[in-house]
Amino acid sequence: MTDIIIHCAVALLFPPLLLGVIGKTKAAFAGRVGAPYFQPYYDLIKLFRKGSVFSETTSWVFRAGPVVTLSATLIAGLLIPLGHHDAPISFSGDLILFAYLFGLSRFFTTIAALDTGSSFEGMGAAREVTFSCLAEPTLFFTLITLARISKSLTLSDILTHPTPMIWLASGASMLLLAGALFITLLAENSRIPFDDPNTHLELTMIHEVMVLDHSGPAFGIILYGAALKLFVLGAVFVNVALPFATGNALLDWAIFIAAMLSLAMTIGIVESVMARLRMTRIPQLLVGATILSAFALMLVLR
Amino acid sequence: MLYALVLLPLLGALCAWIVPDNRWRPLVLPVIATIHSIVTAILLGNAPPPSPAGWIWLDPLGKIVLLCISLLFAVCAFYAVGYLSYRRERSNRVLCMGLLVCLSAMSMVTMTQHLGLLWVALETTTVSMAPLIYFNHNARSIEATWKYLLLCSVGIGLALLGLLFLAYSTYVAHHDATLLLGPLMFSARELNPAWLHAATIFLLVGYGTKMGLAPLHAWKPDAYGEAPGLVGALLAGGLVNCAFLAILRVYQICLASGTEIRFFQQALLGMGLISMAFAAVFMARQADFKRMLAYSSVEHVGILAIGLGLGKGALYGALFHLLNNGLTKGVLFLSSGNIHRSYSNKTTHVVKGALTRLPWSGGLFLAGFIAITGSPPFSPFISEYTIVSSAFIDGHYLVGGLFLLFLVVVFIGMALTVLPMVMGAPPANIEPTDYEDRLLTVGPPLFMMALILLLGVWPPEFLVTLLKDGSAMLGVQP
Amino acid sequence: MILLADQLLVLVMLINLVMLGTSRLIFSIRAVAVQGVILGILPGLIHPFSGHLAGITVGIILAKGIIIPYLISDAVRKAHIRREVEPFLGYVPTLLLGAVFTALSFAFAEQLPLAPEHKELLFVPASIATLLTGFLVLTTRRKAISQVIGYLVMENGIFVFGLLLSEAMPVMVEAGALLDLLVGIFVMGIVINHISREFSSLDTSRLRTLKEE
Repeated sequence: MTDIIIHCAVALLFPPLLLGVIGKTKAAFAGRVGAPYFQPYYDLIKLFRKGSVFSETTSWVFRAGPVVTLSATLIAGLLIPLGHHDAPISFSGDLILFAYLFGLSRFFTTIAALDTGSSFEGMGAAREVTFSCLAEPTLFFTLITLARISKSLTLSDILTHPTPMIWLASGASMLLLAGALFITLLAENSRIPFDDPNTHLELTMIHEVMVLDHSGPAFGIILYGAALKLFVLGAVFVNVALPFATGNALLDWAIFIAAMLSLAMTIGIVESVMARLRMTRIPQLLVGATILSAFALMLVLR
Repeated sequence: MLYALVLLPLLGALCAWIVPDNRWRPLVLPVIATIHSIVTAILLGNAPPPSPAGWIWLDPLGKIVLLCISLLFAVCAFYAVGYLSYRRERSNRVLCMGLLVCLSAMSMVTMTQHLGLLWVALETTTVSMAPLIYFNHNARSIEATWKYLLLCSVGIGLALLGLLFLAYSTYVAHHDATLLLGPLMFSARELNPAWLHAATIFLLVGYGTKMGLAPLHAWKPDAYGEAPGLVGALLAGGLVNCAFLAILRVYQICLASGTEIRFFQQALLGMGLISMAFAAVFMARQADFKRMLAYSSVEHVGILAIGLGLGKGALYGALFHLLNNGLTKGVLFLSSGNIHRSYSNKTTHVVKGALTRLPWSGGLFLAGFIAITGSPPFSPFISEYTIVSSAFIDGHYLVGGLFLLFLVVVFIGMALTVLPMVMGAPPANIEPTDYEDRLLTVGPPLFMMALILLLGVWPPEFLVTLLKDGSAMLGVQP
Repeated sequence: MILLADQLLVLVMLINLVMLGTSRLIFSIRAVAVQGVILGILPGLIHPFSGHLAGITVGIILAKGIIIPYLISDAVRKAHIRREVEPFLGYVPTLLLGAVFTALSFAFAEQLPLAPEHKELLFVPASIATLLTGFLVLTTRRKAISQVIGYLVMENGIFVFGLLLSEAMPVMVEAGALLDLLVGIFVMGIVINHISREFSSLDTSRLRTLKEE
């Protein structure tokens, strides 16, 4: 029971901190002081206190978009185990639900973007859908491979299964999976090198351009949803890449939090040292990630 | 004594590297070539027994190829002195060194019994020939060199894979991988058939590329067409024969295995016939006479492959043809080089009436044409006749029939190019060049032509014995 | 040790894919160099230590990891080109094709009558996959340097298979093979320089004066 409470608390409260850490890391690389770690929280509070402006041309779809997106991501957050504690909700085959919850949230983000009738937002939606088309197989291949290793179809089993022993036995495929997952993590969360969350030119945006018309609480929900998504996918990555469990529940939670923070730092470093890819190169990298995960599956099946 | 054949040319290459003067450097070639020939002659008489580990042994098959190479190289060496005196403007250091390194590697090919070492030597010939093809330093020759280098390297790489498969077949059979010919043949029946089969295919493709069997001959017309005449002669008479020796080694193993030989012979027959067909088609109305010679080479490696594929009596013919083809190609390439020099052109649009302009070279070219198409009294007639008659005796009527058909087509196609070249009056408007027939550019091919005639009329006793020994090694009952 | 060898072979196969996906020549040369170094380490992992082995390791790392990459990158520098532009087949298709080939080589290696102690190892599929990758690079790229790289990758593939039976290849033969490869690449480098000088490009599809009229 405590675990479930901690799970919910961490999943709800922790995500914006990741964004803060990423921002701080990037600032450190650029030689700036940077915004405080808790800046994302302040931003969210500020946004929730504001009023909203909705365009007259939009319909209920536009308003539903952020809400559905956030709730789908929240449910996904309940499906994954954190720090070797079983997830609050788990059943056989929940990995399919997990993958499609992201599909649902993406569907609503894009359809809300299209609802505005803005050409920029349409362009962003088209890009988002194209690239996620290419990123989705990677996630599936990864989950299938992990399912094959753990011989289970439940996310809780799959993601708590990796142990140092398994890393030793099939290190190559685990390494491939970790690599593929990291690429997916960056792509799905619109981070550099796929997309620049801080860009100011609509033509080069992918994700950011879709949410230009949202304001106030709706935009706050979107920001929070994005942080949550980063958290959920990051948790999957940490579960695979860091297969240590001490057995002590509280210690495991601490390890998990530390791992997530260092993941955020890693992302910050990647964003500082890499430039954004040209739009034409993105599919190449995503296909590459798919091949990595497919290769891992092949090695496991052999 | 055997090692002298390998080391001596290397020493010569070193000399060629040291000698600073463009005029004197080519003289290294005939000196080395003469010693090489003398050593070869002595070794042919009484070859030393196999080396203790069994790596080095000049067996009859090796002797035949060595004889051909040594003779051809000697002739080319003397010719080179004459030829290079017309090319003073260009440094011949790389040419001389390449020729000598190649001679060393070719000698190595003939005497080794270790298939790995044979591969290394063969690859060395490939690499050392590349700068020679590029001797003329123009866009066309660089293209030819590139194609030659890349295709042959890839081909020979596949042959290496074939060798590894072969070694693996011994490993699967008795956990003791080897590439020595003797042990391989001894245990050939126990080898894993699947790996042996794969090895045969890769070796055939790899060495077939090097030999220029169709459809793997793409590099050949370009390389032969752009290389200087004497390099062409060594490619067609030296490298081809070395690659053929490698295929003979594979044949020996297949024969010893008892089961694989059937497939190998079928494949050789198929590729041989395709080569002849390709050559027949492309030779007709070929305006560039050096390219025509390249296709003629494709045709003749086809004949060699067919002779090997037929087996039995045809083997004698194939081995004899190896020698004849090498020498005749030498005559053709050297004399065509002379004609090319004299007209500074190698297309039949310009080159006409060579017999009038260059009586000796033109005459030799004509004689070489008559010999290579298998007309009596020259020796290629005898070898081709042996192969075709053996085909009919063994009941391979289709193969024999096609063989004759292709020979006729080739004869007509080649005649259509050669006759207008040598006959008639030379065009009046061509620029005069400084080339004229001299002893050193005409003597060597003339000597070779005489040899071909001699072999055709009265083949010496020792050669017949040697050829019989050779075909006995390939499974013919003496 | 065998396990580590398998992981390294996975890395070799990954480098194949990198090679198919990248357009930067210097990058693929470095990738080939890394592959060469891995090939140099591999014999030490699967065979007991001996002088022969040490010689091979040093020779391979020196030749495939240092000298050959240096020769090729020298040619790249002299020719002033950085990228393979417009290959005959795009990068994503070749990458996918390479992945399919890799999968096929796994399937194919299952069928082969391997010695029992080699059944579980990755050597044979890695060898076939690398060989096929080399062919893919050779046939789909236009630049002469890319083709040399393809040839090298192909050689590496053959070499991986050779690791299974290093005792069949005595030192002399192995050294000869390496030396031949080295000189071959050296000559190719020279030819590349001449191509770039003569045609002011390294596009081999321009090499087409020689053909049947």
